[in-house]
Formats: sequence, C-alpha cells, structure tokens
Amino acid sequence: MKLKLKLPNPGLDERIPSHAELERIEKEDAGERPQWDNKTQYMLTCVGFCVGLGNVWRFPYLCQSHGGGAFMIPFLILLVLEGIPLLHLEFAIGQRLRKGSVGVWTAINPYLAGVGISSMLVSFLVGMYYNTIIAWVMWYFFNSFQDPLPWSQCPVNENRSGLVSECARSSPVDYFWYRETLNTTSSIGETGGMQWWVVVCLVCAWTLLWVCCIRGIETTGKAVYITSTLPYVVLTIFLIRGLTLKGSVRGIEFLFTPDLDELLNPSTWLDAGAQVFYSFSLAFGGLISFSSYNSVHNNCEQDAVIISIINGLTSIYAAIVIYSIIGFRATERFDECLNGNILTLLNVFDLPEGNITETNYDSFIQNLNSTAPDALQELGLRTCDMQTFLSQGVEGTGLAFIVFTEAITKMPVSPLWSVLFFIMLFCLGLSTMFGSVEGVVVPLQDLNIFPKRWPKEIFTGMVCFASFGLAVIFAQGSGNYWLALFDSFAGSIPLLIIAFCEMMAVSYIYGIDRFNDDIKFMIGHKPNIFWQATWRFISPLVVLVIFLFYFVTTISKDLTYIAWDPESVNFPALVTLNYPQWVYIIIFLLSGVPALFIPGVALYKLIQKRCCKKEKHTEEAISSTSARIHMSDEADKSDTNINTLHSDNHN
Amino acid sequence: MITRILLLLFLPSVIAQDLCEDGKDGYKVRLSIKTALGDKAYDWNESEMFLFRSSLAFAMRKYTQEEKFEISNILVCNETKRVSFVFVVTSPNDSTKLIPKDQVASAVRKHRHRLNSAFLLSDGTLEFVGIPPTLATPITYSTQPWLIVFGVVIGAVAVGILSVLMSTMTRRRRAADKGIDSGKEEERIEGFVKENGTSLTRLDSKDGDYNKAFSNDERFTKL
Repeated sequence: MKLKLKLPNPGLDERIPSHAELERIEKEDAGERPQWDNKTQYMLTCVGFCVGLGNVWRFPYLCQSHGGGAFMIPFLILLVLEGIPLLHLEFAIGQRLRKGSVGVWTAINPYLAGVGISSMLVSFLVGMYYNTIIAWVMWYFFNSFQDPLPWSQCPVNENRSGLVSECARSSPVDYFWYRETLNTTSSIGETGGMQWWVVVCLVCAWTLLWVCCIRGIETTGKAVYITSTLPYVVLTIFLIRGLTLKGSVRGIEFLFTPDLDELLNPSTWLDAGAQVFYSFSLAFGGLISFSSYNSVHNNCEQDAVIISIINGLTSIYAAIVIYSIIGFRATERFDECLNGNILTLLNVFDLPEGNITETNYDSFIQNLNSTAPDALQELGLRTCDMQTFLSQGVEGTGLAFIVFTEAITKMPVSPLWSVLFFIMLFCLGLSTMFGSVEGVVVPLQDLNIFPKRWPKEIFTGMVCFASFGLAVIFAQGSGNYWLALFDSFAGSIPLLIIAFCEMMAVSYIYGIDRFNDDIKFMIGHKPNIFWQATWRFISPLVVLVIFLFYFVTTISKDLTYIAWDPESVNFPALVTLNYPQWVYIIIFLLSGVPALFIPGVALYKLIQKRCCKKEKHTEEAISSTSARIHMSDEADKSDTNINTLHSDNHN
Repeated sequence: MITRILLLLFLPSVIAQDLCEDGKDGYKVRLSIKTALGDKAYDWNESEMFLFRSSLAFAMRKYTQEEKFEISNILVCNETKRVSFVFVVTSPNDSTKLIPKDQVASAVRKHRHRLNSAFLLSDGTLEFVGIPPTLATPITYSTQPWLIVFGVVIGAVAVGILSVLMSTMTRRRRAADKGIDSGKEEERIEGFVKENGTSLTRLDSKDGDYNKAFSNDERFTKL
C-alpha cells in the first residue's frame, strides 16, 4: 500500500465537480440531469440490465458441462473477486462524476475519451443483435396463440403424400426454427434474401423498445416495474410446473452432480470468469449512466453487493428451472425411444404385448445378444441413452427455441406455457436493452453530436431507427450466422479491454486516494482493504488473464461456425464450416475497431492539442468563477470552437 | 365315399388356406390393444376376429357399392399372439378369385376411420402393414393467428408512442405559456425554451432559492 502509483493528471480539479459543488447540487436539486423517482426504480433497472438472457441460457449449460455443483465454486469466487469490485467501481465513479460513460472518462482525463466512445460503440453493436434475438422471441410469442402449436407437428408436403422431407428427417421444432422462422441458408456467404416476417418482428421489437426508452429513465423507470419482476414470477410458475412433471428431478440431479476434477481444468475457471464478467453487463457504460442519476450520498457499495448477489442467485434459480424442464424432456424422449425399440421387437418376434417392458428390456436384449447377435444387428434398434438426451444442445438459441419449445409441446395446455416462457424471455431481453440504449444515447449527448435543444424523444428515436436499419442484415436468410458472428466477436474482446482500461484509469490515473476520499464523502466510510486490493491488483489481473486467453484462442485456431444444411451428409446434425476470407475483415472491424478507439482518440487529442496550442492559452486567461464552473467540461473542446452552450439554451 | 364327402367338406377351407397363405394379395394387420387402451384393453378372441371380418366386408361393400361381400369372403391366417394376422379378400361371385391388393388398400383407406372406431383404436395401433395412414388435413387459417397478435401489439405500441409525443407537445406549450414560474413542475425539459429574450437555464429550479438565470445573464446578456 506504500506504493501509491499515480500517473500525472493535470487539470483534474477543473474538470470534475468538487465535493462542495456536489453538496450544492444535491441541496438545490438542480440540474438538467434526470433523476430516479425512487430507489426501487434504480435497483430494478440495474437488476434488469444485469439479469438477461445469459442467466437463463448460458449459465445452466456452463454449470452442467463443467462439473455441475462444483462449478459454483469458481463462479462464486470470481463473482466476489471480479464482479462485485467492478460493479462497485462503475457505480461509484458514475455517482461521483455525474455523467455518462464518455463524460466520466473525459473528465478523468481528456485522453481517455476513447474508453467512453468504445463503450458506446460496443453498446450499439451488442444492442443491434440482442434486439434481433428479442424479435425472434416475439415471433415465437405471436405464434404461441394457437393450438396445436405450429412447431409440434411437421407440415404436409404439396401432394399430401407425406411430411415435408426436411422436417421428417430432423424434427418439427428444428424445422420450425431453421426453416419457418429463419429460413436459413446453408452458409454465411449466401444471403438468401430478406425474410419479411422477421423484418416485421424487428420493427415491432424496435418500436416497443423506443416507446419504453422514449424519455430516458423517466419512461424506462416505469417499464422496469414489469420487465424486471415478471421473469421471476414466470420462473416460479415454471418451477412449480416443472417439479410436478415426470423426470424433472433427474434433470436437477444431472445439473448439480458435482465433479470436483473439473476444478483442475483451467477452462472451467476461465469460463466462470467470462460468465461473471458478461453477466454483469460491465463496460457497456449503461451502469455508469444509471448510477449518475442517483443522489450523491446513495450507498453505492451496498447496491453493488446486493445486485451482485441477486444476479448470482438468479442464475442458479434459472438453472434449476431450466434443468427441471430439460429433465422432463429427456425422460420423455428416452421413454419414446425405448417404447419404439420394444415395439420393433414385439413386431419382429410376434410376441404378445406386455411381454417386454422397460424393466426386462435390458435382460431381453442381453439374451438376444448371446443367442442371435446378427438378428439383433439387423433390427436396427436405436440406442437410448439418458445422458445423451440430457446433454443435448442446451445453450443459447438452441436451448430456447429448440429444446425448450419441444419440452413445452409435451406438456398439457402447451400454448399457455409457451406464451409464459416467451414473455419471460422478452422481459429479460428488453430490460437489458434499456441499459444498451442508455449506453448509446447518453454518450451521444455528452459528445454534443445532436443540438441540445432537440428533445430526448428524437435522440432515442434516431438511435433506435439507426440500429433497426443496420439490424436488417440479421433478417436475411444468413442472418443467424451473422448474429453468431457478432455475438462471438463484438461483445467479447472489446469489453474485456474496456474493463481493464476502466480499472487502470480509476486506480492509477484518477488516483486511488482521491477515489477513496470520494467514496468516503459519498457513503461515509472509506472502502476497506478488500476493495483496495481488488481494484488495484486482483480484478485487473483476472480480466487480463481472461482477455489473453480469449485472444490467444481466437488467433491460434481456425474460426468456424455451425450451419444448417439439409443437403449435408450428416443431416440433421449441424455442419461445421470455415469462415470465408472476407469475414475475417469483418471480425477485425467488430473486435478491433472499438478497442482501437482507445489509443486512437488519445492520439487525436494529442495532435489537436499540439497544433492548436495558441488558442488554448487565450482560453485559460479567463479564470472567473462563473467561467470555471461552466467551462469545466468544455476545457478540452475549447480548441476547436467556443461552445458556450452548457446548459444555456441559446442556439 | 366318406373320404370324398370329407374332402368336399374341407376343400373350401383348404383352398381358402392356400389362398390366404400365398400372401401375394393379402395384407398383414397388427393390433396393439394394450398400448392404446391400457387398463381398458379387451382380449382378442374369436368374437373380435368376427367383428374384424365383418367390418372389412362392410368396407369392401361400401367401396364397390354393388358387390355383396360376405364374411366368408374375408379369409384370415397366420394369427399370432402379438395379435397380428394376414387377411385376403375373395370375390363374392367366385371364391377362388382374390380381389387385387390395390383395391383392398383403397377400400381400407377410405373407411379407415370406421374400422378404427369399431375397435377403439387409431391409425397407429390398428396397423395395416403396407397401407400408410392418410395424413390429417393441415389446419388452414384465413388470417394467420400470429398476424392478429402482432396487430394487437403494434397497435398498443403506436398508441403508447402517440400519447407520449402528445404529452411532450402539451408540456412544451404549457412551459412556453408559463415562463419562469414553471419551476413548480417536476418534469425536466432539456433547456430548449427561449423566452422573450431572457434565458432560462432550468425550468425546474426551485422558486427563489438560487436563480441561475441571473448569474448566467452576466455572461450571456445580448446587447
């Protein structure tokens, strides 16, 4: 602790409001800055932002594939060492500097503006594809209002002689997802044209998002009462329903059976770290924004701990619910498979029904194997393995749109469960989108891209419209592959870099001493040794290790994707294809450009400063009180022109 | 003499057996009664077989519409404990002539539902090996149900957007009318109002405590 490394940072006091300033702002309740109506709205918005689709469809899969109950150990350890400190840091810095992400980093040091712009870009890209997933959820939701559900049976072909071949060879749920929803092509190169129904759903998703975000937190603060609480209600309903179904306990056992050997596997720890990081929606800039609308003396430490705990518990709760339903589905499939085999045996050997049951099936097969193994081969019996059924395709869109929808068709009153499930996914996704939109709109405001007199409705409308316009690429036939590309590259590496820079900036450029004092001013006591250690060493180290791992694995191997190709040899198994060369450019743009903004903007500011040095001297001569207060965040912009429009309304 | 009589008596059944066991024009039938009915399953016996033969004769009658098929025209053989057997249909006019396979198939397909109902079974549990079940007509909707739900949702969203925009417009108009005293309102408007040449910084500043407009005027008073 003796070594308080701090990089020189001149002019910091001019750029940020002092403690006295903050007290004054607090008392006057002044500021064009919006405010939360009450603490509940703030907490629900943050919980909604953090709890998203990943809690439902990524965490259960990781849990089960990395040793079940044993995965909790790395997950909880990294939650404490990585998640909570980063969350507290973002909350505290937002609450202290009272600005969005660009404003905060610019205030700490003008050369760091790139961090904020990078956050904004990543929020934009992620928001684009995330809302497309919501559009697909809405499509399924719209299609849930019919009995029987359209994905419960294969459609009949033109001359009514049989089922459509693609469907008969795979399954009705696969067919509905790949053909009737996505109408997917067989590779990323073939665009396949615009699927109008997906465009229609995209329009619906973006306009719904716009109406919720239209006035910033004024409207989202009301919307989160529903979008953040409804998922918990639905999860509980599904839990009760799930536990009453046959085979559900089998699924939960499968999920939590611990395999402590997995703890020795480094990829378990890395996956746990990555899951904690992405699950908290860190480095998007949304959390900094939300926190900046709080009152100055809000206890951000307590908030960070509470939200982290809620996020962790939600992941575990969702995992239990999901796996109870998966256990049910696996049991149904197993029974179907076994009964199919039994029927074949009865038919071939003309035995009376009831002669072979589930209990004596194994002994019968053994008997047959010893007496007539050739005959057994010829029968072509399917292998029915419960473990295989339990571990089938259970993450990501495959879980929601294939496995879970199939499970729903086997439940009585399926349309009801389908509607509930997709409403839950919709709410989970929408509340995360609120944070994304906030992470784009507020930096744009801070950068003064739009004239200040334009109402907020137009800002949010333009952002939503622009995102929708670009998201139309996901409505093509190959849209699913593009989305997977964005998911893997736009939302992974840049975030890690941004988070690392954030921690370095606060600890070493802003100064950990000053930060401690700020927190003492805000919440009344200095952050203890745990926070000091994690902010300065442990959390950056964890993030760095995860980043290096991801970077090395991405660079070293051939990048591939999985595709649905009815003409492939192993159909209905998905086929693994290599990305064509031109996609590598896109990957570089998605991963590299946001990250390169950080040094890029710093360099730009440096050049700007050097060549416009003369003007800067003139500006600094004006040092009257009013000028200092109002020019505080204009100091670095004064190079180009004197923009006096702080809060004043002159055109 | 007696042998001749015996031969004459048994000849038809022997011939019948031969016709059936030839197997060329016959269909194999498999019943899965226990699977379909569980506890309410009935046993398969002579009477049930009688019912089968009579219902099949009924199907043939209805299919051909003139020829009077009798139960004796339906020949059954190869019965097993699985409850499966083979049947052939002979012509009512000539008991040595078999009705061709495809005609039998068409008759069965046309009246499949009646045959199933007679035995309380379904297409899968009363299986005619080689006669695939007719697929149910796919349900067609005049308007797709998803479009209806979409219409409802997008209508609600449009109403929401319009009401929000309306309220913004009314706020602006109200703020423009009120002037500085509009500090009483809690809503925040991002300072775009210009009022008779004086500048308003924030419309929600509390009355009388700290009039920012005043301090700003120092810098921005237009001459």
